[in-house]
Amino acid sequence: MIAELGHLLAFLALAAAAGQAALGLTTGGEAPRRLAVAAGMFAVLSMVCLIISFVRLDFTVALAAEHAHSQMPVIYRIAAAWGNHEGSMLLWCMVMSGYGAAAALFMRDGKLRDKALGVQGLLTVGSLAYLLFVSSPFTRLIDAPFDGGGMNPLLQDPAVAIHPPFLYTGYVGMSFVFSLAAAGLIIGEIDREWARRVRPWALFAWSALTIGISLGAIWAYYELGWGGWWFWDPVENASFMPWLVGAAVIHSLIVTEKRGGMASWTVFLCVIAFVLALLGTFLVRSGVMTSVHAFAVDPTRGIVLLVGLGIAGGAALALFAWRAPTIKQGPEFDPVSREGALVLNNLFLSVAAALVLVGTVTPMILQWLGEVGMMSREAASLSIGEPYFQLTLAPMVAVLLCFMPLAQASPWQKADLGPLVKWLMPAAVAAVLVGIVAMAFGGWGIWLGFGVLVGAWVIFGVGFDFVRRLGPGGASRVFRLPLTVWGMAIAHLGMGFFVIGATVETATRTERTFPLSQGESAEMAGWSFEFLGVKSVEGPNYTALRADIKVTHGNTTEIIQPEQRSYPVARTSTTEVAIRKTLTGDVYVALGDQVREQPGAWRIRIAHHPLIDWVFGGAALIALGGFLSLAARVRRRAPTATPAVEAVPAAEPAVPASATA
Amino acid sequence: MRKRSQRLWLIGAAAALVTGAAALAVVGLQGAVAFFQSPSDIAAKGASSYHQSIRVGGLIEVGSQKHGDGGKLLTFSITDGKHTVPVVYEGIPPDMVKEGKGVVAEGKFDAQGTLVATRVLAKHDENYMPKEAYDALKRAAEKDGSAADAAYVKEPST
Repeated sequence: MIAELGHLLAFLALAAAAGQAALGLTTGGEAPRRLAVAAGMFAVLSMVCLIISFVRLDFTVALAAEHAHSQMPVIYRIAAAWGNHEGSMLLWCMVMSGYGAAAALFMRDGKLRDKALGVQGLLTVGSLAYLLFVSSPFTRLIDAPFDGGGMNPLLQDPAVAIHPPFLYTGYVGMSFVFSLAAAGLIIGEIDREWARRVRPWALFAWSALTIGISLGAIWAYYELGWGGWWFWDPVENASFMPWLVGAAVIHSLIVTEKRGGMASWTVFLCVIAFVLALLGTFLVRSGVMTSVHAFAVDPTRGIVLLVGLGIAGGAALALFAWRAPTIKQGPEFDPVSREGALVLNNLFLSVAAALVLVGTVTPMILQWLGEVGMMSREAASLSIGEPYFQLTLAPMVAVLLCFMPLAQASPWQKADLGPLVKWLMPAAVAAVLVGIVAMAFGGWGIWLGFGVLVGAWVIFGVGFDFVRRLGPGGASRVFRLPLTVWGMAIAHLGMGFFVIGATVETATRTERTFPLSQGESAEMAGWSFEFLGVKSVEGPNYTALRADIKVTHGNTTEIIQPEQRSYPVARTSTTEVAIRKTLTGDVYVALGDQVREQPGAWRIRIAHHPLIDWVFGGAALIALGGFLSLAARVRRRAPTATPAVEAVPAAEPAVPASATA
Repeated sequence: MRKRSQRLWLIGAAAALVTGAAALAVVGLQGAVAFFQSPSDIAAKGASSYHQSIRVGGLIEVGSQKHGDGGKLLTFSITDGKHTVPVVYEGIPPDMVKEGKGVVAEGKFDAQGTLVATRVLAKHDENYMPKEAYDALKRAAEKDGSAADAAYVKEPST
């Protein structure tokens, strides 16, 4: 009965969301608020029902029969509930109505909340209708199989088990940012107060998206067995585009909030971020491309998604075109000012998103042209790979980051570049030195040196700016600095670390394949690897060949055990690499197949990934910075509610103007 | 600064950036595009006529997988049921690269007409076939029109 209950709850969520939409857009007030909370609760409970069906291995539920298996550990049965098309759509609906419920609970009363709940209700209705009428997760089977199909073993991994919830919290979060933008347009109040209320939601969604994308990259790094962490795969790009635009949104919202400027541009970006999130969902879910994510190969679903995308995106842009002229313009500013710098930031981020979009959809559009006969098939089927994205995005990111420390240090309205440059000069000199040192170590590659230089410039520049913000009080004021300053500094530092890590890792990673028989050794990068043999071991739902490899570096010795797992149920095998972490990078060992011509010898792939932790650590810092800025917002809300507290800041020692900004 | 000049520099900066980005995109697209070719296409044109990186899709011919250079290299042939293309790859391919299974290899031809693959792709799951591999088989079967090839061509469905 659990599945029927879940089905019923999804319908209840649909009904509540419909009421939320209708009342939110018309009367407003308490009713849509309560309905939004109800819709969120129903959707969560519906998801819980699906998860219970998976955990209890109820194979009369078609979805569980297809994707769960009795030998799967409980944690992966839970993950399997959203590791498929229908379940992931239910997760999508749950997160979407969850944002509505959160807004109902945490946003202050007012027209903005009412209309935003209304728009969010409409989106939720659309998603739930798609779920219930095109891809229901609760369909029953008349003949239940004895055991289920099991999850794709590649997905049987802790990082990827929690990757979808984070990714959707980010992705779908863009829907609520969009709802707030639409609500602001409807009530004609796109102003500083609007921006102040939108920014926490944008920060939350974007930080969650950062974590979701990073988890995917980490998983690709150690689970796919190739040691790469980003492949410019359309699926990855689908999440990267909303991330880029989301980053632009959280920066332009600052200008709107602090200065009242860039208001219509900010709203436009909110719309675009949502449209890109929808487009990404369409690309990923419609089966137009080859990927582990392409669950739905049913063309009707793709068409329904495309129509939904067209309606939502078209309506949003129409609303924007209609109401944008009513948005007030902000005060003037000099090109050399914080506003000017943030405009540049937005230009670069949106152009970068456009470049990714071009590289991602061009092959798909051409392929479609070939299929309908408007081009020869031969000319129409091509792929665009890493070189395109590296060539186009590296300059964008580099220029963007060169401006970053200057932007942080610039005051609003008009900046005087002279003293700024003077102040930051030591950081620039230090960055150049670091770049040269990196080149010397990495074989004098120009790109390597340049990437490290840019990253170091960001790190030193951000550090200098942080010190400047401390003012005359020095270190004693570290914990008095506003959380927003901490958030910004940490996220920007993360960007610096990420760029250095990504450049060094990409430019100087080494990989080699060694055919080794028992007792033989291989040498690489000062490490020695002795192959001790292969034995077979049993896992819960797989059998594995496990190699013992003795790793020697200096006078430390250690045994590492890469595996080849084969999953009989899914008839699939996976490579479990062994990773030895060091301060300067990972030593990464994968067990390949047996050499055909030489029985007893195994092909072993050894790779060195320098500074790989800087890549993931940098991304983690970026997300942490986002959450810290968000925390600052939440904490600041208290004084607004109780004006009496406002007297406190006056008692603080005088703060340099830039520190409070 | 006046409103108008503010707008002017904004538009100027945006225009400069978009022009630069468009130029980058054009250059990038010229260098980074890999056209997809089936083994039959390659047989028709000759391997030496390809100078850019290409993608070849099809099935790994049964019995063709070998290890060269004492086990450092993996060699195999991609077939579409009509023609085959020899491929060499240094390293360990993804798990699902197996004889008789669909595969896509990306790389350039060497002087001997062997595709030196920089990347080998397979679907992550036994039930799927890479779209390009499927297309290659379909194209070869369509050209010929023979019924025997239908067995090769199974829809890439779940």
